[in-house]
Amino acid sequence: MADAFSGGSLRIEGVSKYFGAFRAVNEVDLEIRKGEFLTLLGPSGSGKTTLLMMIAGFLDITSGDIALDGSSIAEVPAEKRNFGMVFQGYALFPHMTVRDNIGYALSVRKRPEAEIRARVDEMLELVQLQDFANRKPGQLSGGQQQRVALARALCFAPPVLLLDEPLGALDKKLRVEVQEQLKDIHRRVGTTFIYVTHDQEEALSMSDRIVIMRDGAIEQVGSPQELYERPATRFAASFLGKSNFIHQNGRAYALRPEKIDIHLGSGHPQARRSGTITSITYFGSMQRIIVETTEAEQIEVDIDVWRNRQPLHEGEVVELSWQDAAAVELNES
Amino acid sequence: MNAVARHIHPGWAIIAPLLVLVVALYLGPILNIMWLSVTDPEPGLGNYRKLFEGDTLLRIVWTTLRICVITTVFSVTLGYSIAYAMVHCHQRQKNYMLTLLLVSFWISILVRTFSWLMLLGRNGLVNNTLETLGLISAPIAFMRNELGVLIGMVHYMIPYAVLPLLVSMQSLDSRVMDASRNLGASGSQTFWRIYLPLTLPGIVASTLLVFILSLGFYVTPAVLGGGKVLMVAEYISVQLLVTLKWGTAAMLAALMLAGVLAMLWIMSRFMKLSAVFGGSTR
Repeated sequence: MADAFSGGSLRIEGVSKYFGAFRAVNEVDLEIRKGEFLTLLGPSGSGKTTLLMMIAGFLDITSGDIALDGSSIAEVPAEKRNFGMVFQGYALFPHMTVRDNIGYALSVRKRPEAEIRARVDEMLELVQLQDFANRKPGQLSGGQQQRVALARALCFAPPVLLLDEPLGALDKKLRVEVQEQLKDIHRRVGTTFIYVTHDQEEALSMSDRIVIMRDGAIEQVGSPQELYERPATRFAASFLGKSNFIHQNGRAYALRPEKIDIHLGSGHPQARRSGTITSITYFGSMQRIIVETTEAEQIEVDIDVWRNRQPLHEGEVVELSWQDAAAVELNES
Repeated sequence: MNAVARHIHPGWAIIAPLLVLVVALYLGPILNIMWLSVTDPEPGLGNYRKLFEGDTLLRIVWTTLRICVITTVFSVTLGYSIAYAMVHCHQRQKNYMLTLLLVSFWISILVRTFSWLMLLGRNGLVNNTLETLGLISAPIAFMRNELGVLIGMVHYMIPYAVLPLLVSMQSLDSRVMDASRNLGASGSQTFWRIYLPLTLPGIVASTLLVFILSLGFYVTPAVLGGGKVLMVAEYISVQLLVTLKWGTAAMLAALMLAGVLAMLWIMSRFMKLSAVFGGSTR
């Protein structure tokens, strides 16, 4: 299977997009490596979908350039770019069977029937829908439709696969399952995946690299670990995971709630803050404790329920401590 | 309470008056006409036999079918392009086009028919202009023939053709067309393989609507055909009012009713009619 594909690398250089006077994407520079799983993560209105649509060729770029494996594709129309795409809501062809949906890209390229048949069978196996080849999309569940959309987009072995919030319509439990399948398919086919989502958990669990976008520009790029452990800005720290923000000596730091230790009473040697518990929320594996410190900060602390079995109560006086490395200095602007 | 009454849902009591009204005022006359067609002037199938006795009646039925088919083909084709243009242009232009469409929809059929006479008659605007310019030596016969009837009918039917198509095209998900392009299909491939099949219910709805309305057309053929293009509706009125052969008229009416019902039945074999008339396909 893998030999049919070879991932492509993309270079996005100074790309901007204006809708009238509104700047949807602002001077984005990005290098997407061959075969990687890259996620564009951001809230709605951050320009991530606009950027994806420009890569797909559905939107013209106002300025800048996009190049595939070194040659510019800015002037190439969408139907000539050969990029696979999984649309939000899937956009399957409702009047065609699953088999015809998946084989469509080869059929419009006028490939021989036998080749299309063989290739579609391969794709059906990849997404495990062999028994559904002759159904219409309307007769499938949401998860199955999503897999048809994926198979349809991969059938012609595109160098780049674009995914526009493909899991948005699925319920939470199914989503986790499909994430695993997507990762597995990515490993097997070797195509470059560009994935758009506003769901930080999806981004963390699937990506090789994540691009955090905000107001049409890139906020920070890095591997999930880099972004989670060393967020550069307040926005990055709060959008990917939860974060406390503390100020010390005129500098701002981000501090993840699970990296803080909580001690009952006072006089702990490493204590950095002391305060009162204002709320405790129980989540099963952990509990979230909000402490109002004597500096009048609200600090969230996530503690492992099993490893910290001393009972805590609202209104109790506690002290907080953390290691130096836990607090990450931010570029405050 | 007896056994029968217990099986009748009380809801029937609420719709009963309406039901009686529909039966009395709608079904009654229709049955009456069908009854007339086999009893007037004498009981039997004599009226229906007349269809095959001379060629006059068959010719009228054939003329009607031919004109209706041609009208439907042109109205739906033109209507499809107009609806397509309306769906895919800017909102402002769309509003203009919709207004123009509805204005022509609302103008009386008599006014529209006579305007064609003014425009295309022997001394009409078009013939006069062409003669003055020296492009033609004798007036072109647009009116008082089948061409005239067709022009008038297509013009009248276009709004009826456009409206179901417009609904059908507006409900399409544009991402499906994007998906087709993304998969490498050219514009014409996307149109023939995706757009057209997905708007097929709209095409069927507008074809049925135009064809059925055309079958009963009276004013336009009478005025623009100049008595030379005799269609079923006009012939029925002659039988009713002039020659007083009510049996023949009733027979033709029953024939048209059967034709329309047969067409609906055939269509329902191919697709769910509820989908054609605006219902959901799922």
